[in-house]
Amino acid sequence: MDFSLSPGAVDFRAAVKAFIAEHLTTEVVDQMHATGTFNDKTFNAALADAGLLAGAVPGYGDRDPIELYILFNELEKAGAPYDGLAVTMLVAGVVNAVGTDFHRNRVLQKLLTGRFNCCLGYSEPDHGSDVASITTKAVRDGDEWVITGQKMWTTMAHVSDWVILLTRTNPDVPRHKGLTMFLLPMDTPGIEVQPVPTMATERTNATFYDDVRVGDEWRLGEVDGGWAVMGVALAFERGVMGGTNPAVPLLRHVRDWAGGAASPDGGTMLQDPLLRERLARTAIANQVSQLLTLRAAWIAATGGLPGLEGSMAKLYATGRYQQAVGWFQEMAGAEGLLAFGVDDAAADGWIDYDARHAPVTTIYGGTTEINRNNVAERHLGLPRDR
Amino acid sequence: MDLDLTEDQESIRDVFADFFSSETGPEQAREAEPLGFDSRAWDRLLETGAPGMGVAESSGGGGANLADLAVVVEEAGAHIAALPLVDHMVTTRLLARVGACDDDVLAGTTIVGLAIRPPQDGTARTVPSGAVARQVVALDGDALVLVDSDPGAHLQNHGCLPLAHRPLAGATVLAKGPDAAAAYHLALDEWRTLTASTLVGITRTALNLGVDYARERRQFGRPIGSFQAIQHLLADLPGLLDGARLLTAKAAWAGDRAVAGQTGVADIGDNEITDFATLACMALVSAGEAATTATDRSLHVHGGYGFSEEYDIQLYFRRARALTVVLDDPARECRRLADMLLTRHATGTTA
Ligand SMILES: Cc1cc2nc3c(=O)[nH]c(=O)nc-3n(C[C@H](O)[C@H](O)[C@H](O)COP(=O)(O)OP(=O)(O)OC[C@H]3O[C@@H](n4cnc5c(N)ncnc54)[C@H](O)[C@@H]3O)c2cc1C
Repeated sequence: MDFSLSPGAVDFRAAVKAFIAEHLTTEVVDQMHATGTFNDKTFNAALADAGLLAGAVPGYGDRDPIELYILFNELEKAGAPYDGLAVTMLVAGVVNAVGTDFHRNRVLQKLLTGRFNCCLGYSEPDHGSDVASITTKAVRDGDEWVITGQKMWTTMAHVSDWVILLTRTNPDVPRHKGLTMFLLPMDTPGIEVQPVPTMATERTNATFYDDVRVGDEWRLGEVDGGWAVMGVALAFERGVMGGTNPAVPLLRHVRDWAGGAASPDGGTMLQDPLLRERLARTAIANQVSQLLTLRAAWIAATGGLPGLEGSMAKLYATGRYQQAVGWFQEMAGAEGLLAFGVDDAAADGWIDYDARHAPVTTIYGGTTEINRNNVAERHLGLPRDR
Repeated sequence: MDLDLTEDQESIRDVFADFFSSETGPEQAREAEPLGFDSRAWDRLLETGAPGMGVAESSGGGGANLADLAVVVEEAGAHIAALPLVDHMVTTRLLARVGACDDDVLAGTTIVGLAIRPPQDGTARTVPSGAVARQVVALDGDALVLVDSDPGAHLQNHGCLPLAHRPLAGATVLAKGPDAAAAYHLALDEWRTLTASTLVGITRTALNLGVDYARERRQFGRPIGSFQAIQHLLADLPGLLDGARLLTAKAAWAGDRAVAGQTGVADIGDNEITDFATLACMALVSAGEAATTATDRSLHVHGGYGFSEEYDIQLYFRRARALTVVLDDPARECRRLADMLLTRHATGTTA
């Protein structure tokens, strides 16, 4: 095995780091937490203009696929607004894999400019983990489809140009078999977006579809073939496009805080043996999370679909992140409760932020239980629980 | 970057998987208890050249690097071989580096081991291979010393390791000063890395035993492996296993670079770690945790049978714990790791 990056990848990483140093200003970070929109169109456009998005679409183009991992890993480590970009590039990958020339010309090319966004419309109020049971329906009417229903948790819908929308086209067959995916322009009449605030800084949305009419050219994949499209999207999503190294900025913030924070026992918090042990354990978990992610990226780079490996990376990384957040919040005491912008907030408010954000990481993108089911049944070959 | 084994390593793995599955295993491990040494298997192992394979060809060894050795000992761990292979391999490499490795040591007819804890009152305590190794190398102050005597009296223990105290009286000084200490610490980091790899092998088999049992054992009219509570106990383990294996492989890769004179970095702010000593420590803690968790859960999945002497999981359970703590409390290893990772931040400066 060789854990060093190729010279090309080293150059690419240096370019990403230089980009971040120049463009990830305090204003960009403050803006993302103040608005709850972890997406910055100016930042994304600048990334594209710097030529750094060419390898960011899973399965597309002739760039070293490790670039995809490097880009999102660097953005995540730096605490940059990348959620919207990751979803957009994920959709670009799906469009490339299953879309038509119409989709590629109308959508993919635009996405590559960094000036447009997509969102994912899978979950509904009553159907989350059991997403194959969704009820938003699409009914054919001549050359058009009429879509009616409601989606929940449609993150980035308020800044998006397209949504990939999972609909039911046939209620009379087993639930996986009657689904169809659409790539819907967000300005189509009949779509309404309402904000859903969260306990952390990020916001998401509920979206409503009321007799939305679209031409058949906006169908993505086969009629009743929506589940296969979901499979492609999930395999791209899990593990490789960020979300598996959230404890890296946390560790950095806590370390930097602890060096200057007085310990009630005397000395600084950085001299506290238990905090030192926990910083070290977090550093180990961060390495393991990175390696599991890199392995998923490596499988993608060598032509595979790393669905299960991505599930493993997500299971491990999110569990460890939550554990670390719990440790550090307790050890920072009352100052650790103080928010961004409050004087004396431990780690400038990052501990409060991470403690608010951490719970969602084992929920979105497939809950821990759903990932465990996948690993148990498909990796370990255990009999199904039904 | 390349996360696959090399072709050579694949054949090394296949050869040693065959060897350990035919010559060692739970049955032999039971027979070798409580001492934890299977002398018949050791004699057979000499024929493979494994004892000296980690020494450079120019010094009469097999020319294998640390990454290759990690592949061998993962198989030994997976087949629960009662052999002092890790200790012999790293000590042989250490002796070769200081020009003190003779042919009997290379061949494995003289077993050598490493005192992994600092000596106390002139005695190296609980040497992992102390009850079977004739020669033991220790760091006594700033002197690298070798004691050559009959193996020590076995200390019966949790993991049936061949533990013994070894007095250092009459030991020969092999080298002295900073270079001697550096050579010792390099060997100790190799020991950490290869012990981690052994633990990865233990984790792998523990997981397989749990999964096999869960598929076969039936209660309430269905396989227990169809209960989600059982599935979820096991489903966390592949990530722990693969994560520990990757980190151990990375440590071995860094070790081979260190031997070739390349230094690494350890920047936790950027999660960029290529320094061998750092990675070796991380690998041991991570593999120890994977192995204790996997054996714990797998044993639990076996119900009462897991607790019985007859089932194999208890053999893995006890060795997982023994190899995890025989060097030190993992928490103290983590604090040592923190000393390496945080020195520049002790006064609040940032890198
Ligand atoms: C901030 C945020 C952003 C999101 N962004 C998006 C987005 O952009 N697009 C989108 O489509 N969705 C998005 N989601 C939705 C997310 O994917 C769902 O929340 C998730 O799939 C879980 O669905 P649910 O919330 O309905 O919970 P439920 O499915 O009702 O689950 C509730 C609990 O039951 C457990 N459970 C469910 N089924 C099983 C089972 N079979 N076995 C064991 N336990 C089970 C779950 O693990 C969970 O703990 C987002 C969610 C959040 C919170």
